[in-house]
Amino acid sequence: MAADVGGVLTPSKTTGFRLSGIYYFFRRWPVIPVFLLALVLFAGVTAPLIAPHDPNLQSLTERKQPPFWYSAKTETQIQTVVQRVLPGSAPQISLSDAQKINPAAQIGDTIEVEQVLRPGGSTKFLLGSDQLGRDILSRIIYGARISLLAAAVTLVVGGCVGVLLGLVAGWYGGLVDEAVMRFVDILLAIPLVLIALVMVATLGASLTIIVAVLTIFIWPRFARQLRGEVLQLKNMDFVSLARVAGASTPRILFVHIFPGTINTLIVVATLQVGIVILLEATLSFLGAGVPPPTATWGGMVSDGRNYLAGGFTTGSWWISTFPGIAIVLTVMSLNLFGDWLRDKLDPRLRQIE
Amino acid sequence: MTTANAIVPESGAPASGGNALLEAVGLKKYFPVTKGLLISKTTGHIKAVDGVSFELRPGETLGIVGESGCGKSTTAKMMLMLEDPTEGFIRFEGSEIRATDAATRREYRRSVQAVFQDPWSSLNPRMRVKDLIAEPMVINWEISRSEIQERVLKLLNDVGLSAYHANLYPHEFSGGQRQRLAIARALSLNPKVIVLDEPVSALDVSIRAQIMNLLKDLQAEYNVSYMLIAHHLATVRYMCTWVAVMYLGRIVELSPVKDLFANPSHPYTKALMSAALPSHPDTVQEEMILTGEVPSPLNPPPGCHFHTRCPFAMDHCGVDEPQVKEVGPGHTVSCHLF
Repeated sequence: MAADVGGVLTPSKTTGFRLSGIYYFFRRWPVIPVFLLALVLFAGVTAPLIAPHDPNLQSLTERKQPPFWYSAKTETQIQTVVQRVLPGSAPQISLSDAQKINPAAQIGDTIEVEQVLRPGGSTKFLLGSDQLGRDILSRIIYGARISLLAAAVTLVVGGCVGVLLGLVAGWYGGLVDEAVMRFVDILLAIPLVLIALVMVATLGASLTIIVAVLTIFIWPRFARQLRGEVLQLKNMDFVSLARVAGASTPRILFVHIFPGTINTLIVVATLQVGIVILLEATLSFLGAGVPPPTATWGGMVSDGRNYLAGGFTTGSWWISTFPGIAIVLTVMSLNLFGDWLRDKLDPRLRQIE
Repeated sequence: MTTANAIVPESGAPASGGNALLEAVGLKKYFPVTKGLLISKTTGHIKAVDGVSFELRPGETLGIVGESGCGKSTTAKMMLMLEDPTEGFIRFEGSEIRATDAATRREYRRSVQAVFQDPWSSLNPRMRVKDLIAEPMVINWEISRSEIQERVLKLLNDVGLSAYHANLYPHEFSGGQRQRLAIARALSLNPKVIVLDEPVSALDVSIRAQIMNLLKDLQAEYNVSYMLIAHHLATVRYMCTWVAVMYLGRIVELSPVKDLFANPSHPYTKALMSAALPSHPDTVQEEMILTGEVPSPLNPPPGCHFHTRCPFAMDHCGVDEPQVKEVGPGHTVSCHLF
């Protein structure tokens, strides 16, 4: 046996430092991912209650409003008061405008004028508004619904199909196995985004089509994983003994083999949710997703990409950035949570802590 | 392949008959060996079991001994209907089980249960003990929940465990306790035969005697016959009424247990006995050390399978297959020396 590496067997004296306790707590429990996922789930479920605005309500006078913390950016200019402002001349201001600022202004005076370079944010649009004056925060909250719905339907349908075919392929082996697994290979070799674009182009864009496409491409991952588990479990003695006891094949599959695969299934499902959300966003971004005006994260990123020019000073970066952050945080949380689950549930990968 | 001897047992069928409960006649199991990537063709057969006949009577224990790879476990699997014999048949209470109707086959399934070697893989880790023991009854019997529960508790008590164990999971038990659970499960249907495939070899030596005594007590209480697969001679001597010695897929000697240990006749049996440690270090015993390896079952030697390693081999041993000869009451040997 190896020596006591890194104080696994005896607590190391150097870890008595208080901060390390907090560090290990966060390392050990996926606090942040779980919090973020709970937030997304909560937002999706209670969207109509918590969203500050109707996600599709347009307000053309309030287009591209920045987030609330933006103060208006102004510049003080010295302008000459003239009767009529001539285009292209030195800084000038008309008499009527000047008298609004200073009623005593006369033609020929110079006055200080505050010029608004960019409007300030307001608490009406906490994360700003998009190019049609819709509230970004509300759209993100409603967009969570689409992402969660797509992920849930895809996983339930794809998971069931994948589990059933995986069980059957692993259990019967031979030609059945060969047929199912080669079909799985074919599906996994097809570029998903390309096929989705073609299907949307021919069948029209709708949530149903997107979910169907995603389901078709998600079930093979379940089938492949399940088959491997079944191959391992079906040679266990308790399976032979179940047959000796007279158990039917369905009973053996669902009572003796399936429960043994649940850990794997949970891990695969968690990791696949992230992939599904990402794919749905990709398709929406490419215009092959849920059609507008429905709020989807991918679609919002796509909407804002024309207004990024100008960056932080004059560009409307918030239209694309906030839904983008929502996608990244959700998928990252799912992956971190999935990794943690795998470490916890799969004894082969369980680490000594 | 010689098919002529398929029905006529070619190795060691006990001469007496009549009241046999379970009978194997000329059982053979050949596993095909295939070769080729695209077009696979059968290039040969592994002759795991090559014509085995024996019988088991009510309340008795038949031991099958032999080194690893001699076909003991394959024979057990065929008796449990987990493998289909290539040739030969199994008779249970007079009816041939593969030729009979589904109801009789179900009856056979119910009547022949098993305990396997590895107590760590023979219990489903995700079922509670009460569900594990109840499962055969749930599948085969239409009785109420309370009756099942009552019987589970009785079985737990019979194998030396307590009622509170019923709600635990298998991983909460030690190896010996797990084997007790496996025995309780095997007994749940009141079977007539239990196939014990190396039931004590995975256990600690200190636990073995307990489990063997338990098995003997239960045999008397439940009036069940055992078919004991083992490689440990002392276990066989303690447990069995009859012993069959297997070598490379065939039974070379079959005898009542006392007779076998007092008067081992086949050279292979003698070698096996001399390889086992005596019960006392000062005991002087005849030494017979075999040279060479067990030949591959893919291509077993012609004639007597043992002639390549037999110190008494004669010329015709490598040509003619030995016939079964009776050397004592119920004691049969397949060897040209007799």
